[in-house]
Formats: sequence, C-alpha cells, structure tokens
Amino acid sequence: MDQRRRELLRIMELEFAAIELNLFLDTHPDEPRALADYNAVAQELMRAKTAYESRYGPILNYGQSMSQETWRWVEDPWPWEITFNR
Amino acid sequence: MWIYEKKLEYPIRVSYTNPRLAKEIITQYGGPDGELAASLRYLTQRYTMPTPQAKAVLTDIGTEELAHMEIVAALVYNLIKNATVEEIKAAGLDDYYADHDKALYFVNAAGAPWVASYIQSKGDPVTDLHEDMAAEQKARSTYEYLIRLSDDPDVTDALRFLREREIVHFQRFGETLNLVHEWMDSKKVF
Repeated sequence: MDQRRRELLRIMELEFAAIELNLFLDTHPDEPRALADYNAVAQELMRAKTAYESRYGPILNYGQSMSQETWRWVEDPWPWEITFNR
Repeated sequence: MWIYEKKLEYPIRVSYTNPRLAKEIITQYGGPDGELAASLRYLTQRYTMPTPQAKAVLTDIGTEELAHMEIVAALVYNLIKNATVEEIKAAGLDDYYADHDKALYFVNAAGAPWVASYIQSKGDPVTDLHEDMAAEQKARSTYEYLIRLSDDPDVTDALRFLREREIVHFQRFGETLNLVHEWMDSKKVF
C-alpha cells in the first residue's frame, strides 16, 4: 500500500471512531467518557487531515479546508477511483 | 448545509470485473431497502421530530447513509468499469447497459427505478421511528443475501461493514424511540 493510501486509511479509522462516538452521544449525551473520547479523536482526526491535505490537497470543500498555491480540489483521484487492493 | 469529504467512509477492494455481482449490489443503491431510500427517509422525517436528540439522530444517520450510498456506488463502478459488452451480456446486465451504459442509476436488482413510495414520513415520531428500525432490519437482510451471492471476498468485506452499520443504526433508533416515549410521558401527550 502506498503512502497516500496509508494516510487515508488512518483518517478513515479515526473518522469511523468519531462517527460511532457521535451516534452514541446522540442518545447518551451525559456520558463523560464518551465525550472525552470524542474530543480526543476529533483532535487527532483534525491533525491527520491537515497533514494529508498538505500533501494531496483539500479533503473538504466550501471553505472547510485551504488549498496551497493552486486550486487542488479538482485533482484526481476522486474517492471512487481509489481502491485498497492488497 | 452539507460539506463533501473527498474520501470514502470505508476502504473498498474489488478483486476483478464482475458485472453479475454489480447487478445484484446495485439494489442497495436504488432499491427499496437501499441507501438512497434510507438517507432520504431519515433526512425528511427529521423536520417533525419532537426532541432535539431525535433531530440529531435522524440528521446524523441520514448523513452517514449518504456515505454508504457512495460506497455502494464505488463498488458497482469498480465491478463494471472494465467489463466488455460480451461480459455485460453474459451477466444479464445488457438491459441496464441499453439505457445507462456503465453510468450509475437508481434501480433495484431487477432494474425497477427508485420511487418515493419506498419511504414514508408520517409526522408521528413513534410511527416514523418504528419504520426506521424496520428499514435497518430490511437493509441488514438484504446485505446478508448479497453476502451469500458474492463470489468476491474483497467485495464481501465492504458488504459486511455495511451490514454491521445497519445493526448499530437499529440500536440507536431503538434508544431514540425510548427517549421519545419518555418525552411523551413527561408531556402527557396522547
């Protein structure tokens, strides 16, 4: 697996943890441990995305990410063009 | 407002060109228990949910279903992108090809187009949440049938992930239903 896919996989892992904690907190908003885990994961996810974006361009549109030097949002590959075959 | 993330929720692998499997899996794109129906059902029911938690759950799960729709689309796209017309004919995907080439379109496994009558939005939160729990079970069953039909272990891996999400969503909708019942009891609304 190349460097880009490894980094993308790490972002997917962190964001999956964030999705699970988010949905759990929706029905358990008074669980302090889940909230602490959510905030910790969110911080690490933000760091992983920032590092990925500095190499491969924005991962978010509409002002949620910046694009260095050129408008890299339009660059291939798009998500459905990236498979993780072994 | 929605923001697009230039990534899939789950990494997909596709071992080989397989238009037959694409023809089956596409039902989770545009079929009665598919991800488009799931997403639109929750995102349209949320407006009449009575509690802030129920609004959050429907918004968040409705949004995750859009990501699942994208995973299903990516599987179908990669299963047919290199298929020859001969392979498409042999797989029985020629009817679909006549109308759509290899483009993605919202149909079930038999080719029937998506219709809004797959979903309901009833205004009664107890009724709607029961529909949502049933929808998650129907989608779980469909993923189990697709896993049985799949002859590609790499595709099966993604189908297993999607099946597990149905179980988690069912759990969260059940909790939401309990919270709505508690709210109704506290309000003495009948």
